Parts: sequence; structure tokens; C-alpha cells
Amino acid sequence: MTIETSRRHFLAGTGALALGFTLDVDASAQQGPALPGDLRQHPKISSWLRIEANGRVRLLIGKVELGQGILTAVAQVCADELDIDIKRLDITSGDTQLVPDEGATAGSFSMPNCASAVRQVSAEARQILLGLAAAKLNVDTAKLVIQDGTISSADGKRATYWELVSGRELEVEATGKAPLKPRESRRYSGKDVPRLDIPAKVTGERIFLHDLRPQGMVHARVLRQPAYDAKLTELNLSEIEKLPGVLKVVRNGSFAGVIAEREDDAIHAHARMQQIAKWDLPAKSETQDTVYDWLQSQPERLLKIKEQTNSALPAEALSVEATYRRPYQMHGSIGPSIAIGLLDAQGITHVDTHSQSVFETGQAIAELLGADKSKVHMRHEQGSGCYGHNGADDVAADAALLAQALPGRPVRVQWMRQDEHKWEPYGAAMVVKTKARVDNNGDILDWRLDLWSTSHLARPSGKAGNLLAGRALEKPFDMPPAVNNGPPNYAADRNAIAGYDFAGHTVHTHFIPTYAARSSSTRALGAYANIFSIESFMDELAHRAKVDPLDYRLRHLKDERARAVLQKAADMIGWKSRQKRPGHGFGLAMARYKGTASWNAVAMEVTVDRNSGNIRILRVLCANDCGEVVAPDGVKNQIEGGIVQSLSWTLKEAVRFDASGVKSVDWISYPILTFSEVPPITVELIDRPGTPFLGAGEASQGPTGAALANAVFDATGVRIRDIPFTPARVKAALG
Amino acid sequence: MPMLKVNGRTQDVRVPDDTPLLYALRNDLKLNGPKYGCGAAQCGACTVLVDGQAVRSCVTTVGTVTGQSITTLEGLSTGGKMDALQRAFMEEQAMQCGYCVNGIIMRARQLLDQTPKPTEGEVRLALDGHLCRCGAQNRMVRAVLRAAQEG
Ligand code: FES
Ligand code: FES
Repeated sequence: MTIETSRRHFLAGTGALALGFTLDVDASAQQGPALPGDLRQHPKISSWLRIEANGRVRLLIGKVELGQGILTAVAQVCADELDIDIKRLDITSGDTQLVPDEGATAGSFSMPNCASAVRQVSAEARQILLGLAAAKLNVDTAKLVIQDGTISSADGKRATYWELVSGRELEVEATGKAPLKPRESRRYSGKDVPRLDIPAKVTGERIFLHDLRPQGMVHARVLRQPAYDAKLTELNLSEIEKLPGVLKVVRNGSFAGVIAEREDDAIHAHARMQQIAKWDLPAKSETQDTVYDWLQSQPERLLKIKEQTNSALPAEALSVEATYRRPYQMHGSIGPSIAIGLLDAQGITHVDTHSQSVFETGQAIAELLGADKSKVHMRHEQGSGCYGHNGADDVAADAALLAQALPGRPVRVQWMRQDEHKWEPYGAAMVVKTKARVDNNGDILDWRLDLWSTSHLARPSGKAGNLLAGRALEKPFDMPPAVNNGPPNYAADRNAIAGYDFAGHTVHTHFIPTYAARSSSTRALGAYANIFSIESFMDELAHRAKVDPLDYRLRHLKDERARAVLQKAADMIGWKSRQKRPGHGFGLAMARYKGTASWNAVAMEVTVDRNSGNIRILRVLCANDCGEVVAPDGVKNQIEGGIVQSLSWTLKEAVRFDASGVKSVDWISYPILTFSEVPPITVELIDRPGTPFLGAGEASQGPTGAALANAVFDATGVRIRDIPFTPARVKAALG
Repeated sequence: MPMLKVNGRTQDVRVPDDTPLLYALRNDLKLNGPKYGCGAAQCGACTVLVDGQAVRSCVTTVGTVTGQSITTLEGLSTGGKMDALQRAFMEEQAMQCGYCVNGIIMRARQLLDQTPKPTEGEVRLALDGHLCRCGAQNRMVRAVLRAAQEG
């Protein structure tokens, strides 16, 4: 099994498919069942799968590896349905000239949209191959068996996939009719297959984009503005040009970059540029402290996403309210974003990138360069974990732009740590207000949630104005209007509609179409703050009602799978037998991510030191239901990682900024959770064979934050509604 | 011209003495293990061993380590045999993206060389200066303990 390494030679290897008969059929005319996932947009089998010469099979997918193990999971599904050893697979992913456009690798969509498509497409290919073998061997298909690509009959006749496919046999559309294998006869799915990318990552073999060293590569750095919308007024280019090793200095408006033969020379020159550049700073006055008032005082777009009135609501029903706040928070990739751009002799700009959205970012770069989109070729390579829209796309644009200045030389641009901290688009700050009307038992008769947020969706989306470089040019591209997203996925309002059954239920999104700080998609988007708020408030209401928070939730919850994860997480921590002790607390929270993906419940045990305000997390237990599980350990790894990241957000993280720019510029000024702070975590999966794949990568973000808040309340009797729960804040709250 | 002894081989690198070791290793010797993360000794991604001690190559200049024995992630496997830590990280699937893994394995190597059977607390403390944003810390701790067992 190889990933991508052979792909540069790959077009040459498809000769085996070049001739022969064809089975061109029009799937839509046959009225087959609906095709799963991204197969709907790309129904042709050969867009996904090729039987190559020499006993290999190539899988082509638009989703990309982000450290979430997707390539392995998709390989498992493919090898099973196609009846081949997983080692025969080569995967090409995220190359805009070669793979189906599956949109961004985001939103926990890769399993439902990509793996489901691959599963069906592999089953269809297997069926076609079986038909070809039956014709060739003159044996009924029912009498043939397949083992690792060799089809044989009881009387010893055999044919291999590689002999059978001589031409365009797979250039047909999937019908949706090929049967999937029963679970028992799957060899890989549902089992722990070692991740395909890990061996190279422990030995230092080339697997990261960072480790590509194409012939003639040079190094560049970009001068980023000191603050949002700052204008470069003065930069002595000739001074920079004279520095050792410098090949080119580029300036276009407020965009400037330096290209050098050596990386350390580029870094020196970049540092000098920062010293001598003069800027006009815009008058902006918001800070991390004023942003919440700012959010609630801006012109807003009001989106009434749920309006369900309880006509029987008694006027005297008690009203309870609370307000929760989430600051700007970072993706915080450990490796700053990187890309390699190359303008070739045919005028094509090639960009090696770790973008999550190669197609749309390529289109945005084409607009930036004033070129046709066919002139930009994006190739995905693995990068540092990104957890959403980080600097990957912006640096790809930087590299493409700088490559124009030095045709024929691959230009490698890696952001400096400070660039990533200051310029990545953060998870948006939010204010969430909840209000409930309750009956005499404290049960909820009417529920209302209002949220204020800027955009969570500023990915390039084909527009140069979404790229940092695009907005810095002499003739800048305008930033496109800010967008939110409607049902079923939502964005700022993701998970703003609670999964409980309330008689009255109103949810209003106050969408702010401007920005105080740059924000875009960060793991779980608005779901983190919304679930934090909903699940904190449910806890508050339970305590008011003097009802156990688990029972209180169950009282308002019909969804069986939601009840199951909640009950399981509670059982895992020993909820019913927990002991009340001062300074020691237990908390629970649950949500179904997006209302359509994984069900996830988190239970947590903490201690809180009243003197220091320090929270110590003793253990975290989590139950997750993501439908049928393909890669159990992979799912657990994702959920564990989500828990750790969410604990870090909730305990520690807030981007600090003011008129002069972002003040969180490194890991000292923006600390994250460390090894000794990571608690023991246990994740258990509820497997539902035969049910659809549901993404899991973002499911634990919201429940983790809320479970922590609820555990802190249980330990101290004090409710903390502002993230992060720093020792100073906790201490102040405890008085 | 500094001579660097890296993974058992002595090589000339044509760089000024004050060049950060990280760039000499990555760009002159074309090694992939050490990674740039922060350039300021804050994250650990660039860690290599110098005479058995884990050092941050982003803030170590070439001139200060000439003649000393430098080991990178690549140098841990000897004679085609992986280091116990490398095997254990595979066994435990101890990463997501793996960008931080170089530094964590290198720091853990120093720990196991000095403390062959560390406690879990000792492992966490040793790795505390290494950041992993993917949240794979617990798996990594398990991997280090496994490597100590299986040595
Ligand atoms: S890159 Fe050296 S410690 Fe971060
Ligand atoms: S595995 Fe991604 S940063 Fe550690």
C-alpha cells in the first residue's frame, strides 16, 4: 500500500484501461437506487477506481488526510468490497487534476460522503469484474469466488482483475444496485487496521509536505501586516535585495515577500523587512474584552431558525436566564502553514498544499493570479493537523503569488510561528443567551436561545478576496460578504437547536456580517459554544429543580440513541454511586453533533482548588455512537483528540488582541494543554452495524466543554459561564 | 566550515557557525525528522539528540555542536531495525497528524536512556515541554511505557 508517493508517475500507468469494449449505460435511465455520498456528483466508477497493470488498484478520492486516518478508513472499505488485499491499494487524494471534486475535507463529512461512495463504487466494480470473469471463463457468476483479485471456479478456472480489465470497462456509471457485502464477510471494516501513514511518521521517511524538496527549490517568507487591514507605506526593497542569499523581493501593495536560495537567509531577510517596514494602522478599537458588547451592538442579520410556540404556556411560569461567552480561539497547528508554488513553462502554476479544500482554493488562487482556473493545479500533501480552516490556504496563495516572480523554481513558503498565531482565522467569539420557562417541577415548558456570532465560514470558496494576499494587493480583491449556513449543517448556529423535546422552542441567530478579528471554520464551528451553553443551562435548570442532572436530561429526551450514549457515559463514570465531597465534582453533557452526525456524551470528574482557582481533571469518560464503525481505534483517537483540544480551549484559551494587532503570538502568550495536564480518557463506542456512517471528528468538542463546566459547578456550587476557566477567573468567581 | 557528526556520519555543512542546527539538518543534510514548529524552544517539534541529550535544534547553532554526536529520528533505526519507541508508537497508533512526533520520540529516547523503567508520571513530566495539538498525549505516554517494557 502506498499513499501518493507514486502518483507523479501515475497518469502513465493507466494504459491498461485504454482500449476494449465499453458497457456505457445510463444509470439515471435505469432508475436505480439513490447513490450514496459523493457518488451522486461523480457517478462514474473510473473517477474513483482504476484497475492498473501489475496487480495494483488505484483509488482516487477528493477527501484528504489531515491526521484523522481517513485514507486508512477508506482503504479498508474499498479493499473489503473489492475483495483485495489492502496492500494492493494506492491512493491518490486531493490532486485537482486527478480526483473527483468532493469539496472540502471538513464537517465530519468524509465517512458519510467519501467512504460511502467508495464502498458502493468498489462493490460495483467487483460486480463488473465478476461479470467479465463469468463471460471469459464461461461459468455462472454464482459459481465464482474471489480472493484478493483472483476470481476462480470450483473446477480450477481462474482469472485475475488485472487480466480481465483491458480497457474502459469501469468507465460506466454506478447503478447503486451492486449489493454490499454482509458484515461477517468483511475482512477490514470494523477492525483495527494499522494506519497507513504512521510508519513513515515514526521513521522520518518523507510523508509531510514540509519534506518535499523538488529540484531547484528556493525558500520564501512573506511580510504579514502587523494588524488587520494595516497598509504598508514604506519598505526599502533595495536594502533587502542586497542581503545575503536573497534572490528576489516582491512587493505589491501591502503584500511583500522575499525569496532566497537558503531558508535561513529568507528568514533573516524577512526579519529585516519587519524591522524597516512602515505601516498605517487602521482605527479599530475592539479587544478581547469588548468583543462581546461589540457583537451585541452591530448591525445584524436575524435568522429565526426555530419558532415553535407552546400555546399552553401559563403566564406565571417561572423564567430563568443565563448568558455564556466564548472568546476567539485558535486552531493552533503545531507546524505553521506551508506550501510550494511553481510556475512551469506552460504557464501552469502548481501548488503543493495541505489545504482542506484544494479545488475551491485553487479557483481562488486562479482569480488572484488573474488566470483561468485550468492554469492552477493543486496537489494535496500531508501537513500538520489543522482542525479547520487555518493558514493552509493563505500560504498556498502566498506561494503561488511568489512563484510568479521566479518561473521554473519551486518556491517553498512556510509561515513563521507568529504568522500562524496572528493570521489564522480563529474560531469566532460568541455570545449565547438562553432562557427557559419552567413548571412547578422545574421541567421546561418553553426554551429560547439567542446567539451572536461572526462568520464561521470564510474559506476561500473560489474567491481571491478570502485570501490574505488577495486583500493586501495594490488592487485588492474585496472580501466577499460574510456567510452563515442554513439547515441541516448550519454554521454559527450549528447545534443551536437543542436535541431535547421542549413544547416551546425558539432559536434566533444574530449573525454579524463584519469581523472584530478574522474568523472561520474551527473544529465544530458554532457547535462548541452552543452545546457548551445548552448543556450548561440544562444543568443549571436541573439543579434549580433539585433533580439529578442525568434524570433531568432523560426527562426531556425521547431520542433513543441520545439516551443510550448519555446513559452509557453516566454508567462509565459510576454516576449513580458518586460521592459528594467538597471541592470535588462530577459533570455530564451530551449532544448529537449537527443534529445529524455522531451522538456523543462526556462525563468528567474534577477537583477545584479554592485557593488557586486551579481545576484538575481526574478523568474523562465518553460514549459515542457514529453508526457503523469502520475503524474503531481511529474513531476513538479522533474523539480523544477532540476531548483534549476542547479541554484546552475551555480551560486555557482566548486570543488577546487590540488596535495594534493580535497579542497572542506564540505558545507563551497563547498556552495550550500540556502532557501533565491531559487527564486519563476512556472512550467507548456504540457500534451500529448496517446503519449509515456518521462522522465523529468534531463530536466531542461541545459535550467536553459543558461537562467540565458542570463538574466545576458540582465541585464548587459556582457556575462559570465565560470560557476559558483560567485559575484567575475561577478564583474570582469563587470569591 | 563546520563538521557535523549526524547519525554516525561526519559531514561538512557549508553554513555559517551561527546557523540554527534545524536548517542545516533539514536543508543541507536533507533530513526530515526535525520539524520547524516555533523557532523559539517552545514546542519541541525540532528536537534532536546531541550526545544523548534532547536539544531543540531551532535554537541551537551549528557552531556549538560541531564534533558532538547528533542523532535525528532517522538515526534511531539501526541496521534496518526500528527503535523500541518507533515500534511502540506504531503499536499504540500514538498520533494523529504526527507533526509533533519527532520531538516526542527523541525526548522519550533520552528519558529511556537515563531511566529505563520510568513511571507514567515521569514520562508526562519529561514530555511536558512538547506540544501536541491533536491531543494524542495519552497514546504517546502509553507508547513510551510500552517501549520501556519491550525495550
Ligand atoms: S521548533 Fe524548536 S522548539 Fe519549536
Ligand atoms: S499528532 Fe498532531 S500535533 Fe501531535
